[in-house]
Amino acid sequence: MSTPAILQLGLFLLVLLALAWPLSSWITRIMQGENPGPLRLLAPLEKLLYRLAGIRQDEEMGWKSYAVSLLVFNLLGVLAVYGLQRLQGALPFNPQAMAAVAPDSSFNTAISFVTNTNWQGYGGETTMSYLTQMLGLTVQNFLSAATGAAVVIALIRGFARHSSARIGNFWVDVTRFTAYILLPLSLVFALALTQQGVIQNLLPYQTAHTVEVTHFQQPKLDAKGNPVNGKDGKPVMLDSQTQQQTLPMGPVASQEAIKMLGTNGGGFFNANSAHPFENPTPLSNFLQDLAIFLIPAALCFVFGRMVGDRRQGWAILAAMLVMFATAVVVETSAEQAGVPQLSAMGVDQQASSLQSGGNMEGKESRFGIIDTALFTVVTTSASCGAVTAMHDSLTPIGGLVPTFLMQLGEVVFGGVGSGLYGMLVFAILAVFIAGLMVGRTPEYLGKKIETYEMKMTAITILVTPILVLVLTAIAVSVDAGKAGIANPGAHGFSEILYAFTSAANNNGSAFAGLSANTPFYNIMTGIAMFFGRFLMIVPILAIAGSLSAKKRLAVNSGTLPTHGPLFVVLLIGTVLLVGALNYVPALALGPVVEQLQMVSGH
Amino acid sequence: MLKTLRPALLLFAILSLLTGLAYPLLTTALAQALFPQQANGSLIEKDGQIIGSRLIGQQFSGDKYFWGRPSATSPMAYNAGSSGGSNLGPTNKAQLDAVKANLDHLRQAHPTQTAIVPVDLVTASASGLDPEISLAAAYYQLERVAHARGMPLARLHQLVDDHIIGETFGLLGEPRVNVLELNLALDAVK
Repeated sequence: MSTPAILQLGLFLLVLLALAWPLSSWITRIMQGENPGPLRLLAPLEKLLYRLAGIRQDEEMGWKSYAVSLLVFNLLGVLAVYGLQRLQGALPFNPQAMAAVAPDSSFNTAISFVTNTNWQGYGGETTMSYLTQMLGLTVQNFLSAATGAAVVIALIRGFARHSSARIGNFWVDVTRFTAYILLPLSLVFALALTQQGVIQNLLPYQTAHTVEVTHFQQPKLDAKGNPVNGKDGKPVMLDSQTQQQTLPMGPVASQEAIKMLGTNGGGFFNANSAHPFENPTPLSNFLQDLAIFLIPAALCFVFGRMVGDRRQGWAILAAMLVMFATAVVVETSAEQAGVPQLSAMGVDQQASSLQSGGNMEGKESRFGIIDTALFTVVTTSASCGAVTAMHDSLTPIGGLVPTFLMQLGEVVFGGVGSGLYGMLVFAILAVFIAGLMVGRTPEYLGKKIETYEMKMTAITILVTPILVLVLTAIAVSVDAGKAGIANPGAHGFSEILYAFTSAANNNGSAFAGLSANTPFYNIMTGIAMFFGRFLMIVPILAIAGSLSAKKRLAVNSGTLPTHGPLFVVLLIGTVLLVGALNYVPALALGPVVEQLQMVSGH
Repeated sequence: MLKTLRPALLLFAILSLLTGLAYPLLTTALAQALFPQQANGSLIEKDGQIIGSRLIGQQFSGDKYFWGRPSATSPMAYNAGSSGGSNLGPTNKAQLDAVKANLDHLRQAHPTQTAIVPVDLVTASASGLDPEISLAAAYYQLERVAHARGMPLARLHQLVDDHIIGETFGLLGEPRVNVLELNLALDAVK
C-alpha cells in the first residue's frame, strides 16, 4: 500500500465514523418511536396512514406475525416489480419506447431487487423504462433496505428486552425507517451527486454530433433483422460509420443515492458506478463509498445504544473494521502489481506521478487503482454490489478478495440490517464455541444461548454455503450453465462461483462476462437470491422472539465479556473459520489456480 | 391472512408513491433548479448543436487528435447507448491478443516515441465511455499530434498541462486529462 492509499483509507474511515455516530443516535430515536424535532409535525400524518391501513401503532407483534407480515410485504414487491417490467411498454415515462421485459428476466430482476441483491441480468439503458426504474426498482431499493433494518432492530430488541414475547411492529418499523431515515438521506445525497455531474431528468436520450467519424463493423442483417451468415458460417460484417453518439438520460441521481445508502447496488446503466453519468468524479466516488457503509456502520452503534452498553457496538464494529482494512490492503496490492504478461509485452504498469499504473483493464482513469480497489472492497464487504470496475477483469487475487468477502456471509459491514444481523448470529456462534471450550453455558448480553437458538444459528450460517456450492456444482455440470462462460479455464469457473456467491449472499455484483440473462441463470440465481435472503430472515426473527422471551441473567465472574479485544479476536476467528471451511476448496479451483497460471506465465 | 393483507397492500401502495414517484420527481425538480447543466448531462454545444458530453468519451482516431482509451462497447467504440467493459480475464488469450493489437497500432502511429506504452492506452475502460486518460498517456501522444498539426511541441505540451485535472483535495482520484475537452481546445487554437 502506497502512502496515498493509506491516507485515503484513513480519511474514509474517519469521515465514516464521524457521520455514523450522530446518525446512530437519530436511528435509535426513530426506531424507538420518538419523534425528534421536525418530525413532530409529521406525526399526525403518520397516525392517519396507520389508521387507513388498519394498523395499531402501539400493538407489537410476536416473531411469527412479524415474519408473516414481512413475507407478504416482500411478495407484493416481487409482484409489483414483475408486473411493471411486463407492462412497461404500455405505461407512461417511457420516452425510449422500451418493450416488455422477457418473463424469465422480469422474474429474476423482481426477486433481485426485493431481496436487496440487485443482481442485473439486463443492461439498464437498453431495457428499462423510466417508470420501471422509478416505481419498480427505486421503490425496492428503499423497501428492501428498510426490511433488512426492521429485522435487525427486531433482533436487537430481542437482546434488549426480557420476559416479553413481542419484537416490534413490522409495519411501523418499515414505514419509519423508510420515511424518516432513508428518504431524507437520499434526497440530500442525490442532490450532492447531481452537483458532481450525475444526471437527473426525464428527457429522451439525446443525440450528439461527434467531432470525428467513428468507423466500425456490424453484422449484415436480412429483411427480418437476423444476421446473415457467409460461406464460412460466420456472420457477414459490413463496414459502417457514424458521426452520432446516443447519450442516455433519465432520473439517475435519485436512484443512485438510494442504491448506495440502501446497499442495493443496481445500476441505472449497464456499467453501474463505472458509468460517468452515475459516478462522474473522484469525489462522487468517495461519497458513494461513504454512503454504502454509512447505515451498516451506524447500526453497530444503534446496537450498542439499544442494548444499553455502547462497548458492545464498538466490539462488533472493530471486528468488521479489521477484516475490512486487511481486505483493502490485499486488494490494492494485487491490482497495483498488474499483470506480468503485459509488462513482458512492453506495457508500462508502474505507478508514477503521471499514471496510476497497475491492472487498468476494466477500470476508469479518474479512479485509477487506489480508488477502485477501495470501492471494490467496500461494495463486496457491504452487500451493495455496485461496481466501479469490471470485476471479471480483476487480477486473480484481486477477484478472490471480493469473492471471499461475500462468502463470509456479507457480515463485514454487510447490507443495511442484514450485515449486522448476520454478524450477531456469528457472535452467538462465537460465544457458543467459547462456552464449549471452558465448559460453561454460553450467554450473550445476559441471554442464555440454548439449543433452539443454536439450531436457528446453524440454519442461517449454513443456508448460503449450501446454495452457493450446490448451485455452482449444478451449473458447471450442465450445458446450459457452461454455455454462459466467457473466459476459458479456471477463470470460467470463477465466473460461475462468483455469480452464485453474489446471488445467495444478496450482493449483486458480477463477473459480468458470464452470460447470465438466460432462462437457466435467471431461474437459478433467482432461487439463490430468494432463499439466501428469506431463509436467513425467518430463523433470525425466531431467534429474536426466543431471546426476547428469556430472562436476563446477571453478569458474574464466569461471564465471557463480549466487549473486549479477546471477543473481537474470537469473533473474527469464527467468521474466517466458517468461511474458509466452506469455501477454500472452491476458491482453490478458481482464483488460486489462475494466480498460479498467471505468475508462471501460462 | 386478511388482517395482514390490508396493511400490506395499503402501505406498499403509499410507500411506493412516496419513494417511487414523489421522491424522484422532487429530486428532478430540485436538480433542474439548482444544477441544470449537470442534471442534463453536462452537454457541450457548438453552433446550437450538441457535440457531446464533457463526461462521456468519444472515439478519436485521426492523427490531429489525442486518442482516448480503447473501448469495448459494441457495435462501435464509445457507444454511450450501451455501456460496458470487455470483461476479459487477465489470463485470457483473447485479452492478451487485444492488448497486443492495441500496442502494435500505437507503436506504428508513434514511430519516434521511445517511452514504453502507458497501460491505460492499451486496456479497455470499465464503462467503455471513459472520458479521460492519464498524463502519461497524453504525453505519449504529444509528438504525433504536434507533427500532424504543425504545432510547436512546447506549445502543445503547455496546452495539455493547462488541461490537467488534479486529484481532489490532493488525495482522491488520479491526475488526468479530458480527451474531448483537450481536442476541442486544440481545434480552437488559431
